[in-house]
Amino acid sequence: MTQITLENLAHSYLPNPSSDADWALKPMTMTWQDGGAYALLGSSGCGKSTLLNIISGLLVPSQGRILFGDQDVTALPTLERNIAQVFQFPVVYDTMSVRDNLAFPLKNRGLPADQIAARVAEIAEMIGMTEVLNRRARRLTADAKQKISLGRGMVRQDVNAILFDEPLTVIDPHMKWELRTQLKELHRRFGHTMIYVTHDQTEALTFADQVVVMYDGRVVQAGTPQALFDTPEHTFVGYFIGSPGMNLLDAQIQGTEARIAGATIPLAHGYGPLTGKTQIGIRPEFLTLGTGDQGLPFTIRRIEDVGHHRIVRGQVAGSDVNVIVPEDQPIPADTNRVIPDASRAHVYRDDWRVDPLASERAA
Amino acid sequence: MDKPVNNRAWFLVLPVLALVAFSAVLPLMTVVNYSVQDTFGNNQFFWAGLEWFEEVISSDRIRAALGRQILFSAIILAIEIPLGIFVALNMPKKGVWASFCLVLMALPLLIPWNVVGTIWQVFGRVDIGLLGYTLSKLGVDYNYVNDAVDAWITVVVMDVWHWTSLVALLCYAGLQSIPDAYYQAAKIDQASRWKVFRYIELPKMQGVLLIAVLLRFMDSFMIYTEPFVVTGGGPGNATTFLSIDLVKMAIGQFDLGPAAAFSLIYFLVILLISFVFYTIMTKEGETL
Repeated sequence: MTQITLENLAHSYLPNPSSDADWALKPMTMTWQDGGAYALLGSSGCGKSTLLNIISGLLVPSQGRILFGDQDVTALPTLERNIAQVFQFPVVYDTMSVRDNLAFPLKNRGLPADQIAARVAEIAEMIGMTEVLNRRARRLTADAKQKISLGRGMVRQDVNAILFDEPLTVIDPHMKWELRTQLKELHRRFGHTMIYVTHDQTEALTFADQVVVMYDGRVVQAGTPQALFDTPEHTFVGYFIGSPGMNLLDAQIQGTEARIAGATIPLAHGYGPLTGKTQIGIRPEFLTLGTGDQGLPFTIRRIEDVGHHRIVRGQVAGSDVNVIVPEDQPIPADTNRVIPDASRAHVYRDDWRVDPLASERAA
Repeated sequence: MDKPVNNRAWFLVLPVLALVAFSAVLPLMTVVNYSVQDTFGNNQFFWAGLEWFEEVISSDRIRAALGRQILFSAIILAIEIPLGIFVALNMPKKGVWASFCLVLMALPLLIPWNVVGTIWQVFGRVDIGLLGYTLSKLGVDYNYVNDAVDAWITVVVMDVWHWTSLVALLCYAGLQSIPDAYYQAAKIDQASRWKVFRYIELPKMQGVLLIAVLLRFMDSFMIYTEPFVVTGGGPGNATTFLSIDLVKMAIGQFDLGPAAAFSLIYFLVILLISFVFYTIMTKEGETL
C-alpha cells in the first residue's frame, strides 16, 4: 500500500497530438492518498478509464510520471505494479472453477496453498459464492461472473491499490447496493487505496470519501461529497452532482449585484469586473418560488412529484431553471418569480467558479 | 400460443429431398449396390454378399495403405495444428501488416491442388528444381523419386506448406474474438505468458480448433491429388495412400465390387475417427 502521485501526467491516443482536443487526458498533477476511498466521476468519454488504465499500467502515458510512494513506476509494466483492477464487464477464466478463478492471482504470486485456501474462502464468503466454489465459471450468470471478477480484484492483500472501472454496470440494483456496502466494509477493514470509476453520482457519493470529478480530460474538482454539492468549482460539477443539477443563468456581474434578464438580484459577496462568459449558478434547493416583482421572472412549465419533494421545471428568460419545493409547501398558481438564496449562489466565468474574496481584494 | 399444425407442409421439403436423393443418396446407394455384387461385364451382376468386404479387410496391400494413411494424418495434425496456432499467435492483430499477413496466409489456400503438386514436383527435382538442386549442391542426398523417406518428407512439407494457413487463419479468427479486457485482466492478475495461452487463448480457440482438426484430419486422410502428382504413389508403394490405391482399383483395374466395398469402409473409417475427435474435443472443453 502506498501513495500514488501523478506528475504532470497527460495522455493522447494519437501519435502526434496537436490541438487541445487530441488529448484524452490533459496535463494533471494530483495525489491519491494511501488508504483513501476515491470515486472518479464523470460522463462517458471524459478520460476516467484512460486515467485508471494509466495508473494500472495497461496504458503508458504520453507524458508525465506516476509515482508509487517514491518509486517512479511510469515505465513499469502492469505485472510489476502489483495493482488490482476490476473491469466494467466480467472477465472470468472459463475453464476454471470459481475457486480457481479466485485463487488465480494468489497462485501467480506463488503463495503457499493453505494461505490461498483461507483467503479464497474469506473472499467467497464476502461475495456470497461459498456454495458454488466448485462450479465451473463458464456457466454462471453475468452478475455472478462479475462478482468473481470483483473477488479476484480483492483477493490479494498486498496490492498497492484496487481500481474499479464501473464494476457494477451489469449487476442488478439490489445486489449493487449490497456489493457497494461490502466494498466499503472491505475498505474499512483492510485500508486499501480504492479508486472507483463511475458515471453514477449516487454510486460515487455513497462509496467515496473523496470524489474526483473529471470533465473533458481534466480533473475539474476533487473534494468531499459535501464540498462538491456546496461549492462546485466548475459548472460541470454543479450540473453533474445533484438531482436535478445546478441552474446556470447568463448574468452580468456588477460588484455585489447580478443582472439577469433585466432583473437585478443581490449577491452575498462583491466581485471585480469580470470578462468572458459570466454566469450565476444556484442549486434548485436554494431557490424559492414567489409572486410580485422580487427575484427573477419565472414561468412554470411542469411539476414533477418525486415523493419526498417536488421538482418545478420552468424558465427564466428562455433558460431552463429547476426549483425544488418541499412536499409541505404550496406552489401558488400565480407564481411568476424565483428568489435565489444569495449566500448559496456562485459566480462562474468561462465555466470556472470565481472566488469572491480574491476579486473583492482585487477591486 | 398454439402453433398451427399442417402436415401438408412436409411437401415443401420435397424439392430438397429430390435434389439430395439425385446428387447424394442414389450415387451412394449405387456404390452400396456394387459392393455386394460381382460382374463379368455386359451389365450382368451376381450377388456376392460380403465377399468384397472380406477381401478388402484381409488385403495386406490395403492394410499397408491404411497404415500409411493414419501415419500421414497423424504427422500432418501434429505439425499443422501447433504450427498454425503458433503462427496465429504471432500475426499482427491490427494495422496494415495484419491485412498483409492475412493475404499472404490465404495465398496457398487459393492454389488448386494439382498446381500445388506440380509446383512441388518441379521444386523438388534434383536436376532443375530450386529445392532439389540446392540440396544436392549442398551435399544432401535428396531424391524424392528414389528414396521413400525423401518422398514422405516432400509430401508432408508440401501439405504443411499448403494447409497450415487454414489452421492459422481459423485460430487467428478465434484469437481476434477475445476482448482486450481478458488480456488486461490477466496482466492485472500477474499471469505468465503461458498461463494467458493456457487459460484464455486456448479455451477461446476451442471451437475453431475443433473445426481445424476435423477439416485437416478429413482432408489429409483423403489426400489424393498432390502426392499423386508429385510421387505418383511411389517410390514403390511408399506414398500410395488410401485414395490413390482406391482410384487405381476403381478406375485403373475397373474392379468395381472391391472398390465399392473399399469406399464404404474408407467412408466409415473417416466417419468413426471424426466422431472420436469430435467427442474427445467437446468433452475436453467441459473438463478443460
